Amino acid sequence: MEKHITLPLTEELAKTLRCGDTVYLTGTVYTSRDAGHKRMCEALARGESLPFDPTDATIYYVGPTPAKPGHVIGSAGPTTSGRMDAYAPTMMSVGARGMIGKGARLPEVVEAMKKYSGVYFGAIGGAGALLAKCIKKCDLIAYEDLGAEALRELYVEDFPTVVIIDSEGRNLYETGRAEYLASKKD
Amino acid sequence: MREIDASLITDAVCRLSIKANYELPADVKAAIKNCRAEEDWDTACGVLDRIIENFGIAEGESVPICQDTGMACVFLEIGQDVHITGAPLSEAVDEGVRHGYGSGYLRKSVVRDPVRRGNTGDNTPAMLYTEIVPGENIKVTVAPKGFGSENMSAVRMFKPSAGIEGIKSFILETVEAAGPNPCPPMVVGVGIGGTFDKAALLAKKALLRPLDVRNPDPYYADLEREMLARVNSLGIGPQGFGGKTTAIGLNIETMPTHIAGMPCAININCHVTRHCSEVI
Repeated sequence: MEKHITLPLTEELAKTLRCGDTVYLTGTVYTSRDAGHKRMCEALARGESLPFDPTDATIYYVGPTPAKPGHVIGSAGPTTSGRMDAYAPTMMSVGARGMIGKGARLPEVVEAMKKYSGVYFGAIGGAGALLAKCIKKCDLIAYEDLGAEALRELYVEDFPTVVIIDSEGRNLYETGRAEYLASKKD
Repeated sequence: MREIDASLITDAVCRLSIKANYELPADVKAAIKNCRAEEDWDTACGVLDRIIENFGIAEGESVPICQDTGMACVFLEIGQDVHITGAPLSEAVDEGVRHGYGSGYLRKSVVRDPVRRGNTGDNTPAMLYTEIVPGENIKVTVAPKGFGSENMSAVRMFKPSAGIEGIKSFILETVEAAGPNPCPPMVVGVGIGGTFDKAALLAKKALLRPLDVRNPDPYYADLEREMLARVNSLGIGPQGFGGKTTAIGLNIETMPTHIAGMPCAININCHVTRHCSEVI
């Protein structure tokens, strides 16, 4: 199904999304990848708060290229999500619900998604020039020293994604491939 | 003896770093378009259309195809009748990377220490490979390598008794394990022979060969065709959402090896298989 949704990703909204849905996101997302996640989880472990309110937040696993003059952002496609698996359950435990990335997730992340009604959205890896066109605003909010890995707040409009894993743990990487292979046996 | 000032190498590396990140090679673009024409799974067709649209935008607007503008893998084929003057060679190459990644608005993705991390801030150092060849020219190739795919690569030291079937299984196993992570459709570079390290270098060089050019040895040319077809029957498909197009190319490079061994390395690349060259 094709859906257009407005963020933040409330629990109610998350539960309407199904594995395989094409979902166009509009609203605020936060960027973070390896080093940013490490730093955020260390902050949480020390009892400190995060640089943004994680409640119902969606995190985009991306390290964009620098913006050319006159551009909002550079190329900005997803990075491999599996590297954030060590941190994702912690992020969900404090309220973050949506994740945008690409690639496989560990079972413990899927379990946390079921527990907290998380949704894992896939964006097309290697299509950073195209995806950047849906990013209308980009503000650096923390960890500037990390360069491409700094935390940024983005405003996106009709950002194209596909639900890879939904809040009940259904996984497009399993179902999509199985359906394709089954179609070849007919 | 021809003298070449190192600044010419700096300039070439700078230009090539930018060009490689904005424009896919013609053979890669053609391979993606051919796969789109032959794809029959709806989701896969949609993904391939967006990938084609993306490289068109990048080239048309002079922006990076992908935000992972890679580690700068720089290959220099240096004629043995050349004397390089001026700056030390590796500094000249790094200076080119520094300028190219800065002025081209490319991402700085290199950390100075593998364990303790810390971004170097200018994408240096380059991964520099030099080869001395006959002649009085220098061929400079820049191949920015993204790590979503690099991370899914593998090396295995086979016993010779494993034979060709061992190699075939290893290729399929590696692609299967890579799954959706390296942004399929991928390009598979295979290196067989040499030593542990030479096999890996062969695999990386396999990614530089145009995708429509087969290995000159008919035995390996047939193996390339067979294994590309078998990889594409796995059903992983573009982005791992299912479909025929799991790989757009598979190149194999080989060299002699020891009587006791059969090293094999597989270097996975994504559909953004970037490289371009200049001759000085």
